[in-house]
Amino acid sequence: MKLEEIRRILNAEVIAGEEEMDKEVYYACGSDLMSDVLAFAKPGALLLTGLTNIQSVRTAEIADIKAIVYVRGKQPDAAAIKLAKEKKIPLLSTSLRMFEACGRLYMAGLRGVGEVEEKIAANK
Amino acid sequence: MEREFEVEGGDFANAGSASAKVKEIVKSIGFSPEAVRRIAICSYEAEVNIVLYAKRGKMKLSVYEDYAVLHVKDEGPGIEDIELAMQEGYSTATPEMRELGFGAGMGLPNIKKNSDIFTIISEPGKGTELRIMIRNEK
Repeated sequence: MKLEEIRRILNAEVIAGEEEMDKEVYYACGSDLMSDVLAFAKPGALLLTGLTNIQSVRTAEIADIKAIVYVRGKQPDAAAIKLAKEKKIPLLSTSLRMFEACGRLYMAGLRGVGEVEEKIAANK
Repeated sequence: MEREFEVEGGDFANAGSASAKVKEIVKSIGFSPEAVRRIAICSYEAEVNIVLYAKRGKMKLSVYEDYAVLHVKDEGPGIEDIELAMQEGYSTATPEMRELGFGAGMGLPNIKKNSDIFTIISEPGKGTELRIMIRNEK
């Protein structure tokens, strides 16, 4: 799913990476715990989170997360935005809460990391 | 090839910057994307642990033809019960640490999960030492 579509579905504001909205993400995960993201996320995933500090972007960089959506109307801090611009990781912010944001994306066809892994395992 | 990084305890703004460099190095050397990711995750969890718990620490990356080793040594409080610390969900983190998105008791288990060989030596009052080996599987 293209970031542009995600932006539209979540009625999100683009905080960084306006020019990257044609990038595509293949699955998503939602968490405020960065260690969970490191444990479960797959490369190319979208991260939905309420954690707004620089660690959200560092985690994305380390785990090859393609883009971040901040939920509950949260805004990342200045250090997070700066690092995201450097690393070309698009940042979006939606006023939706975590469950609703995830739900709308799921309804539109975006799937979770776990579900995609199950499918890959079933096809083997 | 070897590179050493100094990590300052409590320096939250830079937590992860050494691991970003570690990631760049193994990527540029030509490790597989999966190996690069596993090395980066182990390095990042170890680095965050130093920042959260220790006064300071060092991380040494050694890269060989088909594997990489991270040697992490900190001047921290050490771990009383390593078996307990290796359990998912066990944590001694403060609420301030948790606000950073860490301290959920997943760090050491994550390192173990993502490494091929993992050893941990720790003594209360002295510090903690990790050796993490990751193969560059093709």
